[in-house]
Amino acid sequence: MATTTAPKSPTSTKSARAAKSGANNRRWALIFAGAAILVFVFYQYLLPHLDQSVKSVFDSWLPISTLEESLVWIICAIGLNIVVGYAGLLDLGYVAFWAIGGYTAGWLMSSFFNNVDFSFFGVIPPQPGGIHINFWIVLVIAAAFCALWGVIIGAPTLRLKGDYLAIVTLGFGEIIPQVFYNGDCIGPACWNVSNGTQGIYPVDSMNAPKILPGMKGATLGIFDQPYKYIFFCLVAALCVFVSLRIREGRLGRAWLAIREDELAASMMGVPLMRTKLAAYAVGAAMGGFGGVIFAEYVGGVVPDRFNFSISITLLAMVVLGGMGNVWGVMVGALVLAWINATGLKQIGVTFNQVFHTSINFPANNYLLFGGILVLMMLFRRAGLFPEMRTKAVLEEDEVADDAGGTHLSDPEEVTA
Amino acid sequence: MAEAAESRSSRAVKDLILRYLGSSLLVLAIIWLLANFVADPGRSFTVLFQGLGNGALYALIALGYTLVYGIIELINFAHGDLFMLGSVFSGIIVVNIFGATTNTPRNWGILLVSIVLVMVMCGFINLLVERLAYRRLRRAPKLASLITAVGVSFIFQWWGQQSWMTGSTPKQWPQVVPNGGITIGSVTLAWTVMLVIAVTIPLLVLLQWIVTRTRQGRAMRATAQDQDAAMLMGIDVDRTIAFTFALGGAMAGAAGMLYLETIGTTFYGVGFQLGLIAFTAAVLGGIGNLPGAVIGGVLIGVAQAFNDGGPYGLHQQWSQTFIFAILILLMVFKPEGILGNPTVEKV
Repeated sequence: MATTTAPKSPTSTKSARAAKSGANNRRWALIFAGAAILVFVFYQYLLPHLDQSVKSVFDSWLPISTLEESLVWIICAIGLNIVVGYAGLLDLGYVAFWAIGGYTAGWLMSSFFNNVDFSFFGVIPPQPGGIHINFWIVLVIAAAFCALWGVIIGAPTLRLKGDYLAIVTLGFGEIIPQVFYNGDCIGPACWNVSNGTQGIYPVDSMNAPKILPGMKGATLGIFDQPYKYIFFCLVAALCVFVSLRIREGRLGRAWLAIREDELAASMMGVPLMRTKLAAYAVGAAMGGFGGVIFAEYVGGVVPDRFNFSISITLLAMVVLGGMGNVWGVMVGALVLAWINATGLKQIGVTFNQVFHTSINFPANNYLLFGGILVLMMLFRRAGLFPEMRTKAVLEEDEVADDAGGTHLSDPEEVTA
Repeated sequence: MAEAAESRSSRAVKDLILRYLGSSLLVLAIIWLLANFVADPGRSFTVLFQGLGNGALYALIALGYTLVYGIIELINFAHGDLFMLGSVFSGIIVVNIFGATTNTPRNWGILLVSIVLVMVMCGFINLLVERLAYRRLRRAPKLASLITAVGVSFIFQWWGQQSWMTGSTPKQWPQVVPNGGITIGSVTLAWTVMLVIAVTIPLLVLLQWIVTRTRQGRAMRATAQDQDAAMLMGIDVDRTIAFTFALGGAMAGAAGMLYLETIGTTFYGVGFQLGLIAFTAAVLGGIGNLPGAVIGGVLIGVAQAFNDGGPYGLHQQWSQTFIFAILILLMVFKPEGILGNPTVEKV
């Protein structure tokens, strides 16, 4: 910090910055809420009445199912952002929570356990056999269950430093899907906990209150896509709200302190273990949300879907958007999820038509994601939308390096 | 004061519990191995030999992790995928270019030439990646270089996916090394495993010689200890680190060649699996420690072989879970590994 600058009252800068970030958050929130509602109105009420050619363009470039899938990615990316972006703990096995959340939905919302018959505000009309619990309750159960697993996975790894932590989380991220994969025969008694490679299919359709015009029943089937979309949006909004509020609070500030300098934070009295475990738990809970919603979106759970590249894609979303910045991460997730689901394929089709080539674009997505990670780290470490806090520090601090994020630049480098 | 004493004593109790739990787990593992031998000695010896061969491969890959970690404390995530590239290159060179598909003396000569070629190629690729990416991030925090390594790993996998490499499905190449092996009683010693061990041991001796006896090796050790001090002593730190990467890459290339000659098939995802196993081996032996990587590799290879093929194993479907469980238990009970020293974080 340069000493020659006019001394500012610390409280006034702090409140000014808080107000600025609050206004910024409100603006982003309004943009996203507006966009979500606009998209819903468009797909539900306008698109069916439009011309066939317009319909086909939207069907191939931006079908509503892609938007639903993006919401799953957004929710998970926001969860991963808490672990990686806020607390600075690299988690390479986040897919584990996605899988656990998905299977929680599979267990509690299907006829999988057909030797019991339990229903609790479940699917309408009621089905015999299995456990059928209300979608919204399952959402809460899955979040709690994943948070528990976050603590279980986090606990043994917290003594470790950054890179070891990454490897151990990766190990868990490989073990848990494999358990589900081989889950049709576990233990000496050969218990079937997951149906193995076949997965659990189908999962009950989701319950939804009849609050929107035109809704037919109390559950949403495969033809109620826009309704599903808007309810998924609600869950995503909840995740955004939670992560923004926690960030402002005591816990969030403790996470940021740990991220920036673990040793200094512990000297200042931040309980490292508890704070890190909380980051794991909250991040995992959002993974649970994502898992349940994904199961609902696909209509079942299959173990093949949960592989390492999901963890990396999520990481790429967080890195691209800007670690720690919820809105940036949302944009990053939206863009990459769209590219993954339809964008790359459609761009390829158009490119091939225009230039008369036959390049298989989707086959190159490894290059795309790997390239994004490498290039972002080399040239724009703080992401496309750097976090407010990072920007604020950069504006104030004259000796800060030009590379960007404070938490991504070594303290030694700044003082050297 | 009373609180501090209490927390200290509770920590001592915790350490004690951890140590006893760790020891009892080790004892259980040994009992498990012995039980396998008692149940079916013939099969167990075959499995043991198989495990030693796999272990030698893991050791070669683990050396790359350990060399790089020892010098710049980076877990080179892309190393396993470099190994995969090596295996594909060796298939292309040996079969597609030289046309060596059968067990003749001429083809063994080709094999010898190719292994050197593949080692040079992989060493060069690793050198290039270090120059283009990791070197620019050396002063950056670890998270940045680790994420970069993950990205490079994906780019390597994309490279392996190209149709002139393996494509997106496993690709088979004919092997020069015959199948079969020597059978003594009920124990089979496969030719391929013998080849792996016969190539690995000279390479390990060579590496150990380079690191402990040559000028360049001394520069590597000095750089690992303190980069700034090494620079002041006139060591070209950039070149030393680049050399280390090349050395690690060459080991991965050799491992790739041996893997293809043993298994016969390879595909773009093989590096990720084996890379993780090899990393576990490096951690088991104590990361940053060369003999440790070899010991860890052999131990992991044997443990995996008993899990996959032993009488009391969990079979191949649980192979990964078994190895990662070892990794996690290791992290909990002995993060510094067998030969490593416990590290104290510097302030």
